[in-house]
Amino acid sequence: MAVSAGMQPQLRVVAVGHVDHGKSTLIGRLLHDTGNLPEGKVAELMAVSERRGAIFEWSFVLDALQSERDQAVTIDTTRIWMRTPEREVVLIDAPGHKEFLRNMVTGASDADAAMLLVDAHDGVGEQTRRHALLLELIGVPRVVVAINKMDRVGYRQARYDEIRAELEILLYRMGVVPSAFVPMCARDGENVVASAPNMPWYDGKTVLDAILALPPAHRAEGGALRIAVQGIVRQDLRRIVVGRVESGTIRAGDELIIAPSRRSAQVASIATFPPSDKTSASAGESVGFVLDGPIFLDRGDVIADAAHPPPLAKRFRARLLWLGHGPLSVGDSFRMRFGTRVAQVTVAAFERVIEMDSLDRSGDSQAHTNDVAEVILASAETLPLDSVADHPGLARFILLDGVDIVAGGTILMALESDAAAKHVVPVAHQVGEATRARLSGHLGAVLWLTGLPASGKSTIAMELERRLVIAGAHAYVLDGDNVRAGLSRDLGFSAEDRRENIRRVGAVAALFADAGTIAIAAFISPYRAGRDDARAAAGDAFHEIYVKADQSSREQRDPKGHYKQARAGKIEDFSGITGDYEEPELPELVLDTTVQSLEECVDALMQYVEKNIAFGLAATV
Amino acid sequence: MNLLDDLEARSIAILREAYFRVSPLCMLWSMGKDSTALLWLARKAFFGAVPFPVVLLDTEMELPEVYEFRDMLQREWNLDYHNAMCPPESSVDQTLPPATRAAARKTAGLRELINREKYRGIIVGIRRDEQATRAKERVFSPRMPDGAWDVKHQPPELWDVYHTDVPDGHHLRIHPLLDWTEVDIWRYTQRENIPIVPLYLARDGMRYRSLGEKNITVPIASNASTIDEIILELETTRQPERAGRTMDNETEDAFERLRTGGYM
Repeated sequence: MAVSAGMQPQLRVVAVGHVDHGKSTLIGRLLHDTGNLPEGKVAELMAVSERRGAIFEWSFVLDALQSERDQAVTIDTTRIWMRTPEREVVLIDAPGHKEFLRNMVTGASDADAAMLLVDAHDGVGEQTRRHALLLELIGVPRVVVAINKMDRVGYRQARYDEIRAELEILLYRMGVVPSAFVPMCARDGENVVASAPNMPWYDGKTVLDAILALPPAHRAEGGALRIAVQGIVRQDLRRIVVGRVESGTIRAGDELIIAPSRRSAQVASIATFPPSDKTSASAGESVGFVLDGPIFLDRGDVIADAAHPPPLAKRFRARLLWLGHGPLSVGDSFRMRFGTRVAQVTVAAFERVIEMDSLDRSGDSQAHTNDVAEVILASAETLPLDSVADHPGLARFILLDGVDIVAGGTILMALESDAAAKHVVPVAHQVGEATRARLSGHLGAVLWLTGLPASGKSTIAMELERRLVIAGAHAYVLDGDNVRAGLSRDLGFSAEDRRENIRRVGAVAALFADAGTIAIAAFISPYRAGRDDARAAAGDAFHEIYVKADQSSREQRDPKGHYKQARAGKIEDFSGITGDYEEPELPELVLDTTVQSLEECVDALMQYVEKNIAFGLAATV
Repeated sequence: MNLLDDLEARSIAILREAYFRVSPLCMLWSMGKDSTALLWLARKAFFGAVPFPVVLLDTEMELPEVYEFRDMLQREWNLDYHNAMCPPESSVDQTLPPATRAAARKTAGLRELINREKYRGIIVGIRRDEQATRAKERVFSPRMPDGAWDVKHQPPELWDVYHTDVPDGHHLRIHPLLDWTEVDIWRYTQRENIPIVPLYLARDGMRYRSLGEKNITVPIASNASTIDEIILELETTRQPERAGRTMDNETEDAFERLRTGGYM
């Protein structure tokens, strides 16, 4: 067995696809060809097959249960470890049969990535479609498509191209962007671990290489803080709040907001065993912490940082997989578990039932077993309702009927936010942030460059835009020139007009971000209040970049001659000399053009973008 | 966050879910490396004080070093320790192969314990990589009133939104270590400095890789006399972990029969 790299987090990969398209066979073969089977395992299974008068199949390695061997079908999900020199991979086998769909979903819900198997001869089957759709519902972000049994089609490239084209369209419509397509034959190990000489027309990765090339699962350590409270542990005189950090970081001293009560609290300390001097905990950690003063919270509450409270509402749009025996109808009522909370919810309306063959919406107001449906769910109480695009860990739910699980699903968006005006009902987009991001490789964002005149904002903005676009990102610069020519042509330069101009730019930039674009706004924007408004408009997507330079370098540059004119008294209230400029208090990034070159500034910005906004740009230029 | 941090955080979250949602609750402890690591995780999850009883299903057939280890940790970690005596071998199904009878005694002992204490949750330190039927386990896994595991009709388990409701008389097996491998447990034991039964370390070219009853567990040939050497050995071996457990190897499906009947 290869020595594992050891300490990298596991990569969990689920194999899905139509029944008999070869999932278990591929896993058995991967294990064998990477030297991960116990000594004698294949010999043992061959002997068992012979005793039973059956032909040996690689899938026997996994289908270890007695009943499964008898029926030659995988009933339940199982998993097995594959150690490679690069990383530890956990392969999750999931049943393809329709009647075992609940087990497929169970396997997939724990995966970071998927291998989607398609039989080259039979082509895309009903379960191929269903499983691809479920990957999107469950939130498995990365997919390697393995086109199996190429031997059955004479290793012909034309057939591979045909299936690949069909799948690309199908997956695109579901919002799934495959990481790779691999023509292969699992039984004979062709393009599984070793390249296949009989498909010389293919020069891409083998299945193993495609898996190992998948980037690690994304953890939002820099995002808004979220913790679902598991409970309170009483110890001596301390009351320790415990939960797992879903995103962001919690620090001693932080101001928190508790949802849905909207009470505030302050973190006194982080608790650990054995005791330590730890003062913070980040996404993924199971944390315990003590609050200052009395505690007004309980299991089920959601903790957020004071600046980013979760939406509160009584109704929400949800997408779910219906697993109940009878149909799901308007008026049906269930207990819902999400985060650490339980709520009673009722189906208020059907938006659509997704039909498997066409993937089109249908006007049904009922869902049948194994259907995927989009519905409006309503609760009598106000709930913290983060959307799956923002905080997947808190937006995944199960519905319970008595002691039975009858559905699994995700919160798409809260409706009728309590805080917002009752008359404004936002119209939901059919395409979510996650889908856009998957297609472009980055999130929508506002990079707000603020700083005094001639500090270098526009020059940096234009160079950043050029490099982002070459790298395959959607990026666009908003600056004084292109904004004042249209959007703000009715405005002058009075203090009030300048504030209004910044307000408009902030709102437009937020729309750009919502559309999935990286908006680069380069404005002096001297007042904190104005920048705070822009931050409020774009929420988590807002990134404040402070571009600073000392006075002499600014006056030396002075590309538009403003300093000269201001010195001569021709411009009043010029921020660089006479007007006020309020420095950002907590900018996400500071660039100092007195000491950093243009290239260094843009490099720093590109690194910031790669860390916080982009995860799959085509190339870094 | 590295592999061990991630595994630790998941396991602690599961232990806390079990404690806040399932009552009454206990944890099984066999003094082996896995359930001792699990006990350590429970101490971390609850800041030093394990808030539920810790139970040994006692066949009186453990090796003496194992009982010594128990006495030491019970004292040092201030555990709410309970000894559940298993019924004698003569009381179990005599058609079972001899080496599986200890497991059958434990299964019966566990059934008696649950009936006596009305437990709704039993925390068990099994791992998916140990054995093929354990690989199919859920984290919160329901059991029938007689302890039987209905492997063909397991409920779905989606993300970490765990389902903990079972009908009266049924109970849950709770498995916080499913995602760990044998070598992960050793790396963690080393990192956290968790005590172990010394039999795991080689003496005179032999060591126990897995600890069971003394009449049915055999040591393996090994020179690994430190945890570092055990980790190195595991990274290169292709021998299965339970090769020294004769009960697994008697008939092809012995272990599956044990588990569907209520064994851990």
